[in-house]
Amino acid sequence: MSDRIIMAHGSGGRLAHELVEKGFVSALSNPILDRLDDSAVFDLWGKVAFTTDSYVVNPIFFPGGDIGRLAVCGTVNDLAMMGARPLYLSLALIIEEGLPREDLARVVESVQAAAAEAGVEIVTGDTKVVNRGGADGLFVNTAGVGVIPEGIDISGSGAQPGDKVIVSGTIGDHGITVLSQREGLSFSTTLQSDCAPLNGLVAEMLEVSRQVHALRDPTRGGLATTLNEIASQSQVSIRIDEVAVPASEEVLGACEMLGLDPLYVANEGKLVVAVAARDAEAVVERMRLHTYGRDAAVIGEVRQENPGRVVMRTRLGASRIVDMLVGDTLPRIC
Amino acid sequence: MKYVDEYRRSELAQGVVRRIHRNSTRSARLMEFCGGHTVAILKHGIRQLLPPSIEMLSGPGCPVCVTDNSDLDKAIALAGIPNVILATFGDMLKVPGSRSSLQEARAGGADVRVVYSALDALQIAQENAGRSVVFLGVGFETTAPTIAASVLQAQQDRVDNYYLLCLHKLCPPTIRALLDSGEVGLSGLICPGHVSAVIGSEPWGFIAAHYHIPCVVSGFEPLDILQCIDMLTTQIEQGEARVEIAYRRGVRPEGNRRALEVMYRVFEACPAGWRGIGMVPGSGLKLRPEFQRFDAELSFDFDPGPTIEPAGCICGDILRGVKKPPDCSLFAGACTPASPVGPCMVSSEGSCAAYYLYGESGE
Repeated sequence: MSDRIIMAHGSGGRLAHELVEKGFVSALSNPILDRLDDSAVFDLWGKVAFTTDSYVVNPIFFPGGDIGRLAVCGTVNDLAMMGARPLYLSLALIIEEGLPREDLARVVESVQAAAAEAGVEIVTGDTKVVNRGGADGLFVNTAGVGVIPEGIDISGSGAQPGDKVIVSGTIGDHGITVLSQREGLSFSTTLQSDCAPLNGLVAEMLEVSRQVHALRDPTRGGLATTLNEIASQSQVSIRIDEVAVPASEEVLGACEMLGLDPLYVANEGKLVVAVAARDAEAVVERMRLHTYGRDAAVIGEVRQENPGRVVMRTRLGASRIVDMLVGDTLPRIC
Repeated sequence: MKYVDEYRRSELAQGVVRRIHRNSTRSARLMEFCGGHTVAILKHGIRQLLPPSIEMLSGPGCPVCVTDNSDLDKAIALAGIPNVILATFGDMLKVPGSRSSLQEARAGGADVRVVYSALDALQIAQENAGRSVVFLGVGFETTAPTIAASVLQAQQDRVDNYYLLCLHKLCPPTIRALLDSGEVGLSGLICPGHVSAVIGSEPWGFIAAHYHIPCVVSGFEPLDILQCIDMLTTQIEQGEARVEIAYRRGVRPEGNRRALEVMYRVFEACPAGWRGIGMVPGSGLKLRPEFQRFDAELSFDFDPGPTIEPAGCICGDILRGVKKPPDCSLFAGACTPASPVGPCMVSSEGSCAAYYLYGESGE
């Protein structure tokens, strides 16, 4: 048996079957998936949230995670940000010919572990193999469904003037971790990606407060872009305090060196929430008891004037606009 | 963060701000030459803290912004040659030339790679023996020594497929050209910190001596810049003009002799074209005759085509400090960081991008 994925693994023939059964079904086994029909069949009730996302991270393994964990957490978090309880995910892989089978097995193992942690099941999937150069090692797509409990109404457009804005922990960990692993940019750090499923944290927040008005996970584009999205969708302004935004020394140091602004660096296990002011303290306290919320902090508040604008009070007491990320974050020349 | 937080301490900054307010009685126009200073000033909101009598102007100290369209066109044409790998700092990728950008050239099939150092480009050359690697050498005195080092390394290792498109620029001659034009009446100059770390503070002496303009070399943290403005204000109030350093942890009067020695072993001064300013004698660097085999312009046959300047764009005036970004009719309308017309809106250190991104809110 070849120790690499070859084109025949995607042919639909015997090798493909063997890959699906030994590579995926046995690892991800659950009653819905195990039927191996053309579609997954299950019952749902109430209001349903449905989302999809593709993952093309390079390198596919990085400290604190890999493309498999990322693909599960990303979709779980998109569901959780609507207040939904994530239930079922699909998993589609586009594999570049030549990928070591061992790498694939590690990714699938990691998918399984992340799904188990988040309490979701992978119920359907697909595999395609493309010629060398047709993909960058491995691309993954996941879609997911979840159910929104009665009485929950959370969206990016729900922030209200007077709300407090909370971030669940240090920003920029994922982006800097992945950047530090890139070819041609070698710097060593003990940083780990923050890649994590946040549905458990959200559930606890909702236990403490029914006044959670807006939730978002600041992934690509970073905290700044997410705050701008909330401000614009909710037609409010958001004012944050530079000194209140949590970030690790290592992220701040790497950003200094590379000329990046941590506000624009990606996260994969953080959330931003706008919550009624009277509940803010209780929500932060509860978040801090959770593994993925232990550095939670109030970073600012929602205001009425200048809808769509995000303003930051700088360390020196001046203020400036915080805009959305434009294009890629490219390190500077000098 | 050690060695950074100390220079961002709010209570110390407030103290310096109070002193500037106390001391400043005359109106003053200060120019920060360097784009890094422009970004820091806007990012930390420093202008809001200064008395209204002090006006801040941005200078031409952004290497991306001052790269002429004709030079960008050369880089894009070189990238289009089959078998050429063009290695560049990330900042240059998005800058529009006359007809295209390196980013668009890459999308069209050119092999354009972002590197963080010229030595990375040299390594790409060593790993791709059958191909030619051209490094896009852009930057001021800060960057030029490491690029010179890559040429020396290539020579020592006998790497015969490494080339340089040499667009380096020198700062002091250009400030002289700006002052000679008489367009901007300056009361003080915030001299670039990283350029001065290489050349020292002595090369700014002529500005104080001949033009009677106070010069202070500054670092890039808020306290560095405030201290620099405080020192400039003191000189202005006392009617003096001398060169001082507000960045002693990075800059010595004589500069970094080793870096200068490497730079001038490989390069020699030549005239250079600056966007918005034009040809400035002695403000560029070219490879010395004994290193000419590394010169991409002499080694490849290519046609960059005619140069076209973007209509309506006033980047040139902005780079000379004659106008400010909001004076441009394209600013924040037709020209934004997402769809930039001119380079000052592209570069992370460009004045237009800094004004756009860190625009101050009136509360």
